[in-house]
Amino acid sequence: MVSFNTQHLTDDKPGDPGYERQLSAFEARISRGDKVEPGDWMPYDYRQQLIRLIHVHANSEICGALPEGTWIPHAPSLKRKLALVAKVQDEVGHGQLLYRAAETLGKPREEMIEELISGKAKYSNVFHYPAESWADVCVIAWLIDAAAIVNQKMMADGSYGPYGRALKRICYEEAFHLTHGYDMCISLATGTRLQRDMLQDAVNRWWKPIMMFHGPSDKESKHTELLMRWGIKLRTNDEQRQEFLRKYLPKMLNLGLKIPTEWEMRFDEATKTWHYNEPQWDEFLHVVRGNGPVSAQRLETRRLSHEQGRWVREALAAAAAGKRVPLPPTAYANRG
Amino acid sequence: MTQTPEQVWEVFHQSARGEPHVHVGSVHATDADTAVLMAKEQFARRLACVNIWVVPSDAITETPYEDADMFEHGTDKSYREAFGYETTKRAKAVGDAAEL
Repeated sequence: MVSFNTQHLTDDKPGDPGYERQLSAFEARISRGDKVEPGDWMPYDYRQQLIRLIHVHANSEICGALPEGTWIPHAPSLKRKLALVAKVQDEVGHGQLLYRAAETLGKPREEMIEELISGKAKYSNVFHYPAESWADVCVIAWLIDAAAIVNQKMMADGSYGPYGRALKRICYEEAFHLTHGYDMCISLATGTRLQRDMLQDAVNRWWKPIMMFHGPSDKESKHTELLMRWGIKLRTNDEQRQEFLRKYLPKMLNLGLKIPTEWEMRFDEATKTWHYNEPQWDEFLHVVRGNGPVSAQRLETRRLSHEQGRWVREALAAAAAGKRVPLPPTAYANRG
Repeated sequence: MTQTPEQVWEVFHQSARGEPHVHVGSVHATDADTAVLMAKEQFARRLACVNIWVVPSDAITETPYEDADMFEHGTDKSYREAFGYETTKRAKAVGDAAEL
């Protein structure tokens, strides 16, 4: 049913003989609210844009596990540790679901993983920064997952079937991440002076990446118009940012948290929008191109983990082919 | 005259584009095309339907019901569900304290 071979799909580029006719049928389907399935005709650019988006999304889930994974051994209680392990496990699983969804568009998983490790493929700006304290883990789990849910809930209603179905399942699990993150932040906010300061410090450090999370402002975003026309994206970056702020900034203020003053956050009652100092989008682009504080370290961890898992992939392939299954490298080492 | 033996095909029904295909039953048929025809008659005449899958039953691997306990959790895992936390109550308590 699902093939990587997309050669049979013709007339999918502007200028091809049947392109205009197929495109108008395709766009009529989109405007009816029809979902697009892997074997359907779709414009070449629709396919490429979706591959790009889902690939970046999958990479972000995988890289998102890294800052939090670092803190598993340092969790302050067994309950927090169990929940954090569960969350990290979920995030990696989301990555797998999303790689699968991107595969249905014709891009092999190995290629996507190689492009991540080599630094060619992007991942979310927020995971280019280090988690410096336990409070960072709490802020990531609450606010960054909240921002992600705003984006993912919207994308779940998008026009591509496999991506939407994967996102519905992902959003269900993210609801636990978000609630647990909120619970952790409440604990710190109602704790000792030291804990409250630690939380405020984390918010101070993370507010900039969070404000950048939904991507460049509508004035600068170059993909949005096409993505919205084809029902891949249903709201603009700024609309998503506003939704996030409307929903979560009051909750933060309720916990006694303060937004760093340089942002000049101000709510306009009349328009129900938050005003703020526009983020430096050239800095955002610089970071997502792999120049963030821990970008190199993240990819090195990922590369090492991919290498260490190679024997498992080889063993599975050997077993499936009925060949002798190789032992893990450590088994040889232990034999002396 | 030799006859192609009938086999069982499991039917998966999709009510709208983008929705998951849901297993609704099975049909007997000698080949996939006939199975689709049978499935269409039996499962798509009244229910809204935009797409049907038929899969030979013997292509499906299932877990035995006797092993259903493999899906049980040995310990309480409410910590990994959103309902396992009382954030609303706790956050409201912070707000109340702030107003005092």
